[in-house]
Amino acid sequence: MNFILIAVIVLGAIGLIAAVVLFAASKKFAVYEDPRIAQVSELLPGANCGGCGFAGCGGMADALVKGADAGSIEGLNCPVGGADVMGKVADLLGMAIANGEPKVAVVRCNGTCEYRQKIAEYAGLRTCAAMNACGAGETACGFGCLGCGDCVEACQFDAIRINPETGIPEVDEEKCTSCGACTKACPRNIIELRKKGPKSRRVYVSCVNKDKGAVSMKACKVSCIGCGKCEKECPFGAITVESNLSYIDPDKCRLCRKCERACPTHAIIAVNFPAIVAVNSSKKEETV
Amino acid sequence: MNIKTFSIGGIHPDENKLTHEVATKVAALPKQAIFPLSQHIGAPAKPVVQKGDRVKVGTLIAEAGGFVSAPIFSSVSGSVLKIDTAIDATGYRKPVIIISVEGDEWEETIDRSDKLETVESHPELTPEEIVTRIKDAGVVGMGGACFPTFIKLTPPPTAKAECVIINAVECEPYITADYRLMMEKADEILVGLELLMMAAKVTTGYIGIETNKPAAIELLMKKVEEKFNSQSSVFNVSVVPLKQRYPQGGEKQLVDAVIQRQVPAPPAIPVNVGAIVQNVGTAYAVYEAVMKHKPLFERYTTVTGKNLQNPGNFLVRMGTPMKDLIDACGGMPEGDNKLLAGGPMMGKALTSVEVPICKGTNSVTIISGDEARRKEPQPCIRCAKCVWVCPMGLEPYLLAKLSEVKNWERAEREDIVNCIECGSCQFTCPAHRPLLDNIRQGKSTVMGIIRSRTAK
Repeated sequence: MNFILIAVIVLGAIGLIAAVVLFAASKKFAVYEDPRIAQVSELLPGANCGGCGFAGCGGMADALVKGADAGSIEGLNCPVGGADVMGKVADLLGMAIANGEPKVAVVRCNGTCEYRQKIAEYAGLRTCAAMNACGAGETACGFGCLGCGDCVEACQFDAIRINPETGIPEVDEEKCTSCGACTKACPRNIIELRKKGPKSRRVYVSCVNKDKGAVSMKACKVSCIGCGKCEKECPFGAITVESNLSYIDPDKCRLCRKCERACPTHAIIAVNFPAIVAVNSSKKEETV
Repeated sequence: MNIKTFSIGGIHPDENKLTHEVATKVAALPKQAIFPLSQHIGAPAKPVVQKGDRVKVGTLIAEAGGFVSAPIFSSVSGSVLKIDTAIDATGYRKPVIIISVEGDEWEETIDRSDKLETVESHPELTPEEIVTRIKDAGVVGMGGACFPTFIKLTPPPTAKAECVIINAVECEPYITADYRLMMEKADEILVGLELLMMAAKVTTGYIGIETNKPAAIELLMKKVEEKFNSQSSVFNVSVVPLKQRYPQGGEKQLVDAVIQRQVPAPPAIPVNVGAIVQNVGTAYAVYEAVMKHKPLFERYTTVTGKNLQNPGNFLVRMGTPMKDLIDACGGMPEGDNKLLAGGPMMGKALTSVEVPICKGTNSVTIISGDEARRKEPQPCIRCAKCVWVCPMGLEPYLLAKLSEVKNWERAEREDIVNCIECGSCQFTCPAHRPLLDNIRQGKSTVMGIIRSRTAK
């Protein structure tokens, strides 16, 4: 009996001491972690893809909570979860939905092989960054798409690819999560994240050439020449022309398409609008 | 004769010095002269003229835009047509001043006589005065890098200059502008060297010349003997013949070859080991700036290429479009051609013949498309030829791979920023791999990372 009693007392004592030490240590070395971080982590997809710009979902959750404390979670977006997940996160953190307006990557260059003639042959490394460092590239336009696909390589969602016929990247709107990786990869800042717009309808200037009209026209037939016709035509003051280049402010644009018709070089593009219907044709022939 | 060279790496490409014995011609005046505002390393110059202003040869048209910058002078007389953009040697449209040429009227302050001025007849020349005149004349390194010369002559307080080394190596294939300058203006170059030594407050000078220019070595040795080796001269100048090896004209390689000292990794510069390196063209420009009050607006340029009818060397006014010079040599050859500002190793490929000759354009080289076109790259066979030839002791195959897979941390550890972009690795690669293309990408990215880190 004695042995049992001794064992119980000794073990009990060790247990008690250990408990006291552990309790003291847990108080002394406690690291406060916001419980919301764990909650936000739960909501995030857990793919750890890095599309948001952080190393993984944990980092993103941390940044979201910090952002909420600072008063804004703008600029933080989970491209995989999309608006759904971000809405839930915003609810949890008591913030307004940061990205209520879904965005999409837009390639602002229209200089296809047809409109922009090659003037030289580039034999070096086939990346846009290397070609950009060497000079204007194979065409005379020093601003336009180089067509080597740095953006394609940067996209984790297979949402952008070079059209072999035009030599210019095209964005798959379904797959694009507006993570912005392509905008950073493009050495010429051609790709812009724009509001997706109602029914995915958008009007934008598909050119970033800042040369004077005559010069840019010589390099590419569909370049923006900075003539300012669109600026005059726009009833909403959404268009500004700066350094020979027109820009349509997506927040002010009401998609009236007057600028598109006014543009003499067809540098302004309207996408996802229904095909124009001939007014006096019979209703049977109407296509929408 | 003890023939020296740098200690590691190097290659020996075909020399192709087609224009060695072609005497320099004075190029015809252009109809329009184009002056890019960034012809030098550092801040672009700021225009001080306006449309319609009359200018003479030697009139200041743009002032230095910062400490590391240089003023630009008109090389022609006429009126300012416009301040616009035009394609320069970067391949992009950049701000330029365009002057339409009328007559050839020079500023009165410029001494146009051929009389050789010596330092002895100008007692007013103190080191400070020389540096000021060099600065005000817009003199930059004429070898191609275009670093403002006056900055090199005023080293940081932590470094002490011990000697001036004149870079007359001209290790690039094809180019002969420096050689012709030495043959035709040897006396002036030596006065220029004397001025540089006075400005840097040193008494030792070296002239490094590769042995493929025996006539220049012989001529300069004779002139140096006459000028500096009398009892009364305080200067100790020697001509150093160097074994032909590319990239001996690189500053660090030249310092190694001439005085056997190794320049440490950046940000160290040659003056940290006591050497100030100046191109032979710079020495001549310094002579003209200080002694003749002639700002930098002319230079010696080689126009060369195997398919050109009459390749030659020209004394050309800056701002002259390359097209004028190519036409003076018999016009652009038939078929595809690669046009380079500079030589085939370090030159910059251009897409327009309208690019003007600038302060750093030592050559216009035209290579036929067939010769210029690259061969299909093959897998790396780890032969290590690139490691063997790298003059900086780097491992190009590794740096290229690290850049390809975007492993910037490792690339930085492997000293990618030490690369001088000489292209020896790519030249020697038996698998025709684009080593330098990749390394250059990696180097600029890593340098960007380092800059943003130090900015924080």
